[in-house]
Amino acid sequence: MALYSEKVMDHFLHPRNVGVIEDADGVGEVGNAKCGDIMKMYLKIDNDIITDVKFETFGCGSAIASSSMATEMIKGKPVSEARELTNKAVAEALDGLPDYKMHCSVLAEEAIKSALEDYESKK
Amino acid sequence: MSDRAIEKMVSVMKEQYGNPSSLYRLGQTAKEVLEEAREKVAKIIGAETREITFTSGGSEADNQAILTAAKLGEAKGKKHIISSAFEHHAVLHTLKKLEKEGFEITLLDVHEDGLVRPEEVRDAIREDTCLVTIMFANNEIGTIQPIREIGAICREKQVLFHTDAVQAIGHLPINVVDDNIDMLSASSHKFHGPKGVGFLYAKKGIRLSNLIEGGAQERGKRAGTENVPGIAAMAEALTEAVENLDSYTKIVQARRDRLIEGISEIPHSALNGDLKNRLPSNVNFCFEGIEGESLLLLLDEKGIQASSGSACTSGSLDPSHVLLAIGRVHDVAHGSLRLSISEATTDEDVETIITSVKEVVEYLRGFSPIWRDLMAGKKEFIL
Repeated sequence: MALYSEKVMDHFLHPRNVGVIEDADGVGEVGNAKCGDIMKMYLKIDNDIITDVKFETFGCGSAIASSSMATEMIKGKPVSEARELTNKAVAEALDGLPDYKMHCSVLAEEAIKSALEDYESKK
Repeated sequence: MSDRAIEKMVSVMKEQYGNPSSLYRLGQTAKEVLEEAREKVAKIIGAETREITFTSGGSEADNQAILTAAKLGEAKGKKHIISSAFEHHAVLHTLKKLEKEGFEITLLDVHEDGLVRPEEVRDAIREDTCLVTIMFANNEIGTIQPIREIGAICREKQVLFHTDAVQAIGHLPINVVDDNIDMLSASSHKFHGPKGVGFLYAKKGIRLSNLIEGGAQERGKRAGTENVPGIAAMAEALTEAVENLDSYTKIVQARRDRLIEGISEIPHSALNGDLKNRLPSNVNFCFEGIEGESLLLLLDEKGIQASSGSACTSGSLDPSHVLLAIGRVHDVAHGSLRLSISEATTDEDVETIITSVKEVVEYLRGFSPIWRDLMAGKKEFIL
């Protein structure tokens, strides 16, 4: 049996929204190198709508896939909706993650929340 | 697995399937197969046949050797054991267990090059030391320890010396007499034999403690009907490995060196473990700014099977204890890559591996926030 679902592998091998937004309206970074995972999210927000999102991730396959999936789930959505995104929803959208990899989806949720907080604080 | 070992295994299963403990003819034929295997293994390592006990593998042999020495030591009031920080868990966990039972354990530093210093062994030996156990070659970074020198010190100090030779046997010349070894553990699948078989060499005079009680198999030191086909196939595989040892070493070592040379071209990378005292088959690197599991998965997509000391590959939060023992900090220990090569790895494969590793490392660094910070000068390079 494979370690990851096909969806995880797809998002890991072909991550969506990879990169940096230089003039981002909100940036969030979570995790630390000591634990082996860092996620950084960049948001472009116009009229409370997330018009663009990019990510950079240092981490394992499921961390990269979780970041990729999370960006897809909030792109084009209102800020209020993005704030409601849960790690469970990210994991489910990936057709599940192994138990010991669930923290990767938690990091994705936290990275988005952190970027949104940064956006709010700048308003 | 080696073809010769597979053929041997099948033929024993088909033709000599008797129980060696039975008196009927088929049983006695199986007994002959078993003893023939014991003779072969013993001869290869310079031991006597009665000094070889077959086990279920390296872990069992490690457990039995250490618990034997502990029991012998305890009887004389000696409860101190010396080992190294980067032993296999079969050794480290057994030592942990003994620690809870009142033994004192000294784990020697393996330094940045991954080598134990014989003089540090000498300095660590005390009046109450009952065992020194140091692996022959490290399983992750392949560094070959100064076994003969350590053994000589143990002889001089009259302390039992055990070595976990799982990674070394069949890959390096080993002679238990010349190398001053009292006990040695080996595992068959590391030299292309079947899994689930191994052996323990214990110098005559060392009274082994049983892990498994029951029948009188293995001179009463390891109960349970012997895995005759596995044991015969192991002996065959070891014979083959030793026959080809010279050419194997020459060919594989040259390819290893080319791999190391090629991968070293990646900026901010570092070879783990000493370059010279190293198993011919082992390549192990750390790369800054990336994580090992994603590296492995991407290499796997390219048909390259590797392993990593990253926490993510083990299901725990800590990276490899071996990499931490040679002083790699967590940040870079997560980004490690281990490649094990053999005669089957061609020159062409080597070049493909170098190109693929370079591509994958560059790709992952391309969207690593750590790499970005390093390149922007916001963080300092470790490697």
